[in-house]
Amino acid sequence: MPVVTSSVDVSSDLYRDNRAGLLALLEEHDEQLALVLAGGGERYVERHRARGRLPVRERIEALLDRGAPFLELSPLAGWGSSFHIGASIVTGVGVVSGVECVIIGHDPTVKGGSMNPVTLRKNLRALEIARVNRLPVVNLVESGGADLPTQGDLFVPAGQIFHDLTQLSALGIPTIALVFGNSTAGGAYVPAMCDYAVLVAEQAKVFLGGPPLVKMATGEDADDEELGGAAMHSQVSGLADYFAVDELDAIRIGRQIVADLNWRKLGPGPSRAADEPVHDPGELLGIASVDLRAPFDPREVIARVVDGSRFDEYKPSYGTSLVTGWASLHGYPVGILANARGVLFMDESKKATEFILLANQSQTPLIFLQNTTGYMVGRHYEQSGMVKDGAKMINAVTNSGVPHLTVIMGSSYGAGNYGMCGRAYGPRFLFSWPNSKLAVMGPQQLAGVLSIVARQAADAAGRIFDEAADAEQRAAVEAQIERESHAFFNTGKLYDDGVIDPRETRTVLGIALSAVHSNVVEGTRGFGVFRM
Amino acid sequence: MAPFHRLLIANRGEIARRILRAAQAMDLQTVAVFSDPDRDAPVVAEADCSVHLPGATPRDTYLNVDALVGAARASGADSVHPGYGFVSESAPFARACQAAGLVFVGPEPAVIEAMGSKVEAKRVMAAAGVPVLDGVTVTSDLADPKLAAAGDRVGYPLLVKAVYGGGGRGMRIVRSGADLGPAVGAAQREAAAAFGDGTVFLERFIESPHHVEVQIVGDTQGSVVHLFERECSIQRRHQKVIEEAPSPAVGPELRAALCAAAVSAGAAIGYTNAGTVEFVLDSEQQFWFLEVNTRLQVEHRVTELVTGLDLVQLQLQLAQGQALPPEARDARLHGHAIEARLYAEDVPAGFVPAGGPIHRLVIPSDDGVLVDAGYVDGSTVSTDYDAMLAKVVAWAPTRADATRRLIGALTRAELDGPPTNRDLLVRALSSDDFDAGDTDTGFVERHGGGALGRSPLDDDEVQVHAVAATLAVRERDGAGSPLPRGIPLGWRNVGRADQPVELVGDRGTVRVVCSGARDRLGVSTDGVQLAGVRLWSVTSEHVDVEVAGVRRTVRVHLVADDAYVQSPRGASRWRVSARFPLPSVGAMAGSLRAPLPGRVVEVMVHPGDRIREGQPLVALEAMKMEHTIQAPYDGTVAELHVANDSQVQLGQVLLIVEPDRKGDADG
Repeated sequence: MPVVTSSVDVSSDLYRDNRAGLLALLEEHDEQLALVLAGGGERYVERHRARGRLPVRERIEALLDRGAPFLELSPLAGWGSSFHIGASIVTGVGVVSGVECVIIGHDPTVKGGSMNPVTLRKNLRALEIARVNRLPVVNLVESGGADLPTQGDLFVPAGQIFHDLTQLSALGIPTIALVFGNSTAGGAYVPAMCDYAVLVAEQAKVFLGGPPLVKMATGEDADDEELGGAAMHSQVSGLADYFAVDELDAIRIGRQIVADLNWRKLGPGPSRAADEPVHDPGELLGIASVDLRAPFDPREVIARVVDGSRFDEYKPSYGTSLVTGWASLHGYPVGILANARGVLFMDESKKATEFILLANQSQTPLIFLQNTTGYMVGRHYEQSGMVKDGAKMINAVTNSGVPHLTVIMGSSYGAGNYGMCGRAYGPRFLFSWPNSKLAVMGPQQLAGVLSIVARQAADAAGRIFDEAADAEQRAAVEAQIERESHAFFNTGKLYDDGVIDPRETRTVLGIALSAVHSNVVEGTRGFGVFRM
Repeated sequence: MAPFHRLLIANRGEIARRILRAAQAMDLQTVAVFSDPDRDAPVVAEADCSVHLPGATPRDTYLNVDALVGAARASGADSVHPGYGFVSESAPFARACQAAGLVFVGPEPAVIEAMGSKVEAKRVMAAAGVPVLDGVTVTSDLADPKLAAAGDRVGYPLLVKAVYGGGGRGMRIVRSGADLGPAVGAAQREAAAAFGDGTVFLERFIESPHHVEVQIVGDTQGSVVHLFERECSIQRRHQKVIEEAPSPAVGPELRAALCAAAVSAGAAIGYTNAGTVEFVLDSEQQFWFLEVNTRLQVEHRVTELVTGLDLVQLQLQLAQGQALPPEARDARLHGHAIEARLYAEDVPAGFVPAGGPIHRLVIPSDDGVLVDAGYVDGSTVSTDYDAMLAKVVAWAPTRADATRRLIGALTRAELDGPPTNRDLLVRALSSDDFDAGDTDTGFVERHGGGALGRSPLDDDEVQVHAVAATLAVRERDGAGSPLPRGIPLGWRNVGRADQPVELVGDRGTVRVVCSGARDRLGVSTDGVQLAGVRLWSVTSEHVDVEVAGVRRTVRVHLVADDAYVQSPRGASRWRVSARFPLPSVGAMAGSLRAPLPGRVVEVMVHPGDRIREGQPLVALEAMKMEHTIQAPYDGTVAELHVANDSQVQLGQVLLIVEPDRKGDADG
């Protein structure tokens, strides 16, 4: 396989500007992460500790194997909303007793670990990742239940948590609940819907109704321990399979349960040489455009992500706005589709379609590196069937059976987002670089379109077009779209699984690829490969 | 005496291998014997064939005359080399061999018998004009006040010694009349257990003498010659740990006198084969006869290195009736040789014998260094026998060079297993006193006793060792990951990994946290962040780590939860604490546990007894030594879990002492 030659000039102004811009963005990202790490703030964390309890991240650290990596998902969930950043829950993929698991842990220092609509979305996304990749789930439960003021947006959809937990079980994907504290009302169903439940002595509270509610409902006097303590559930109700004397004991038991799952990954293991890229991944900061109007050669990115910088390009001279080819990442063979000059034309669409079909023939996972402004518009293109060719690509992406991983490394505009396997197209994992932007179209274009439509409306009505008002309107729209295109905004809305440092792309994709191979890797077949 | 062809080696450990090699060099066929714990001993594989001695205790195996003679018969051996220890000085065994038509490699049984009784030996030597110390035998009817009178007659300090003993077993120093009774009792018990005869005698004790012995060899034609002296003064618990030849305390004139006395001693008893005449030498250069060892000595190697002779081959030749060869008759001293005995023992805890698997035993034996080891990688040191791992012997033209070579070999030795006395040996050899030849028997005590065994590492180096061990543990644990190897260990996209590794070492517990990966590695020990830590590489053998600008390659050997760490400055051992200790109910307060595995020889209290701090409660015999469990405080015996003759495991609760509450003692 040929090694990509790089022509990056690290002394160029463009490189330096990009690097400075990305470092600034990463600093902002780190500031946001610091807020996430602080949980409910020092006061609440101290209060939690004073009660002899571990913060959720320490629970996770103890649960994980020593030295195991942990890929946290959607850390900035709720960014830009009224909810606490991080959404009072931590989710991620990590290794427990030698098994890659999805870990879902409430953060009881944030409003008692209660669930709001963003918490729910983050929780459900983690369960979805567990389902599609066939990863066992470990829940670290301590939640005050629904965030009542938001129950209108929460109550009905929240039922899906229990639905998904038992559905996972039906699929043979183990689910484990380690209950450290409150797991009451609907929350009581989390340990109940899991295959295994471990309750911590004198901390776990698992009941449908607490003492006041019972008193109100039936007049009965009962205390917490009688209604839902670990001892009661271990000895009387049988809801708890294991009684843990303390938090660490619960984690020890949880690790033992995973060790005893007799778990086997169904996908093939890495099969290629997994050497580091020849070119320095650190240079990705100078390669990725901060000003997205400047396109960049995705081969420079590929050369800093894949094993040994080796890349076997498919149809290199056809549909050159899209780069396709084969490589391996941490030893896993992959197919890569990467936008080169933003726009997807007919040839690019057909090339992408063929390449996706080939990957399905060879059961090879696909990686989409997005930097797209969308499918080409204009008379010639419409008349030449641009929509039909774009549809072929979207069809292929949708019905492809091999795992897809997507990284938004620049623009993600218009139907390009769809064709390049955006969120709605079910990539197993989707990550964004902090410089990325995602919207139906670019801010200037969108504002311009609105302006033209308004001018036409004014003309049609015979009104005089207010140029000043238009300029003001355009600026306002541009600013709004700019804001809504921002990577933090999109990650806050769970439109991706997290913003990542471009330099860590290889590691993130490696963990993701390893996770997807927990499930079978199977292409869709039934037709021969259509030569478009 | 006819030539023989097939030699049974009636011993174990390093000496069995040593004899085996000499026999093989002489093209003799070899037969090894092995007890249950020694089933995988290296000598078994190395010998032409071997015979099982069922059982584990010395009494059932290597001391079992019938079994040994049976083994010789079964294997068709025509000769037996007893080595040292065990049956090497057993006249009944030598006789049994002769009766069975086997050549016994050693002196005549009558000589063994005469010299086996220290009292008789002294009588014979005094008659031959060899200077001896006065002594009194403690007969069974000798009890107070006669015993006290005998003690007074010999004078204090005095030594209680087993009449048929050796190797420090059954020996006690008594400094005042009050201690005499208990010391005699303990020595009698120990002697009875070790030698089958509990008779002891009292002898004047020379303070801090040198212990000098002369190697003699005699042939059946009546010639006895000496092969110069050995200095064997550095001892712990009356067992030699460092020996050398020639003695730094002996000049040419004294040497001539000592050697002449030894030869006349040998001639007086018609000595044949190899033996040793031991003397004590005081600071005035006066010497007295101590005893004759009618066998090969552990420390025979130093004599070999300074004379160029092979003593075991010489023994085998003499046993076949050959005359002393000219090279033995005209032996010359050449250079200087020093031997260190490497023991598995916990020195700082008071030289407590240690056992367990040896995961690695590599002692560099190049450059004038010779190693006799009874163990190989994977051997287990059984507490049934003496815990000597190996003898390391260095030769050089000068004493100083030999010392340096020996220190180098000991320092570089890879000893991954039970604790050893390596640090004690290195400290002793590196001391000014050793350099000056001040190697009297008080050496170890004078240098702090067990404290002489403390680690040579300073706190910074210990910290580096802990960090290296942690990095190795992290690497090993990470290798069990289902993720591709290229994913950095402990990688996080949010925050930093915080997974402490708790290591328990000789100097306490260290908590090490390694977070981040590659060039962003952060390490803290006990909550203090270390500056400039960079991990260059980790292999299954080494951790190449930089701390505060200094890069070191540290050897780290992980065996389950044990980490053996070694850098050029020294070694450390760590136990990696379990991440999740199993919740369990701790032992009751006041439990007194067995400090080592062994047999209870005497329970001195009953349940309900009121006891005072320091009072002896239980006597425990382990490794042929008697250990006394004393009351840690005033109190009452609440529970007694053992009786006389109970076998106990390390850490087993022996009894529970309920401490007095404040005020109880007054009321």
